[in-house]
Amino acid sequence: MDLKELYREVILDHNRSPRNFGRLDPADASATGRNPLCGDLLDVTLRMEGERVADLRFEGQGCAISMASASLMSEAVKGRQRAEIERLYEQVHALLTGRAGAGDRELGKLAALGGVAEFPARVKCASLCWHTLHAALSDTHLPVSTE
Amino acid sequence: MSASPAVVATRFDAARVRADFPILARSINGKPLVYLDSAASAQRPLPVLRAVEHYETTLHANVHRGVHSLSQWATDAFERSRETVRRFINARSSREIVFVRGTTEAINLVANSWGRGHLKAGDEVLITYLEHHANIVPWQMICAATGAKLRAAPLTSAGELDMPAFKQLLSPRTRLIAIAHVSNALGTVLPVQEIVRLAHAHGVPVLVDGAQAIAHATVDVRALDCDFYAFSGHKVYGPTGIGVLYGREALLEAMPPWQGGGEMILSVSIEASTYNALPAKFEAGTPNISGAIGLGAALEYVEGLGREAIAAHEHGLLELASTRLAGLPGLRLVGTAAGKAAVVSFTMQGVHPHDIGTILDSEGIAIRTGHHCAMPVMQFYGLPATARASFGCYNNAHDVERLVEGVRKVRELFG
Repeated sequence: MDLKELYREVILDHNRSPRNFGRLDPADASATGRNPLCGDLLDVTLRMEGERVADLRFEGQGCAISMASASLMSEAVKGRQRAEIERLYEQVHALLTGRAGAGDRELGKLAALGGVAEFPARVKCASLCWHTLHAALSDTHLPVSTE
Repeated sequence: MSASPAVVATRFDAARVRADFPILARSINGKPLVYLDSAASAQRPLPVLRAVEHYETTLHANVHRGVHSLSQWATDAFERSRETVRRFINARSSREIVFVRGTTEAINLVANSWGRGHLKAGDEVLITYLEHHANIVPWQMICAATGAKLRAAPLTSAGELDMPAFKQLLSPRTRLIAIAHVSNALGTVLPVQEIVRLAHAHGVPVLVDGAQAIAHATVDVRALDCDFYAFSGHKVYGPTGIGVLYGREALLEAMPPWQGGGEMILSVSIEASTYNALPAKFEAGTPNISGAIGLGAALEYVEGLGREAIAAHEHGLLELASTRLAGLPGLRLVGTAAGKAAVVSFTMQGVHPHDIGTILDSEGIAIRTGHHCAMPVMQFYGLPATARASFGCYNNAHDVERLVEGVRKVRELFG
């Protein structure tokens, strides 16, 4: 168990200065995610151009892992097609749960979250933003939960 | 065990106490364990583990049922534990001691059994913003079912009960007051005696959630004069899955059973049943026999160390931890009441409590992070979460130093 693997410089940087932080108004889709265990709360707002996420913002409060993960996600998915994002979501999930395989070249900077797999208690922190984005893309306005 | 407090105090030997808790000898992530999460669940000493093992290996059978020897011995051991509980909290009679799963079940029992018979539209149940969810949600549920209203008294910025506001909320509509003895999130000790006096002047009964007090203070239900007192075994060095509801006999006598089944009846026909006497009326089904026996052993262990001696020892650690932590830059103590049990809740500027918890864990230090099942307290302070270190009889000054070092490491990593 190596703390430096979990709190890599990229993670600490995105936690200190999260990218795409805020809220789009108006937005084409939005969702709220909660992690009841730690009280994390995350809002994701999207602007769509057809099947493409033209822009997105997130806001909320949470630990360094959840903030950095949301920030990295926002950079990774902006401008991408819905189908690409769903595939990326699968790859991130595999990365977080230690099942990352051949496809992880596509992960780019998201690979910085690789240390999370060693800390099972923190997987939910890193995946909350992805669950929330998934809910927004599914155009459901029901709050999602990691529980 | 009957030694005077002064004699007991001189006998309190922290090193010897630690040796009674085998788990404290283990390492976590390659570092010796520093266990600072006793408010969530305390560790078990050898006498408790041995009492449970002795029961399981030599005495087990169902209680109150058989004519065979084992059943009789199991019943005797189970009922001896009930008597130990009675003595420990100074109840008048063991008929006032109901074994339940824990504090949560005890409060649900009162909410359902007492609440259904006494609450109606227009009535109010008064709690505080300090409560654990276990002393909020059962009241919300019974209020929703009966049309009564739940009111909550606010806090001061130090995390004490705002007594003037509390007095204002206590009205002719108040039917019951349910309060924590000690706040799990902040450690604040509530003025239970004063609250009971005020409540009784209005003819209002008081339930006390004693989950956090039972291991840290001398609990005397007659001195408190409360009507119900609830606690869990695992907060006082006993097993999980066992707890106690104390109820004033006349109140329990007048309450209907909550759960139906075996043990709680005298006779059953398909048309109707006659209920058993106290406390069996509230103990439907086969109870947690080994849990009750373990709890009895835990209370005897605490009596053996001396409750005043434990409280004094923990108070020293609380003072030390508060002073040392408050001296660290960017660290804020949450909950600074004058009267506190050994709980230190804190936040660090720029670091989420969850990250504090993970980093301390890598140092072998177990603390709680989050909302501590007391979300209204967190909302009151406008905080999503805190980090919480809580102390038990087995902690020492070295544990405090390890905590302070760990917090320094958090600061190093996060800058």
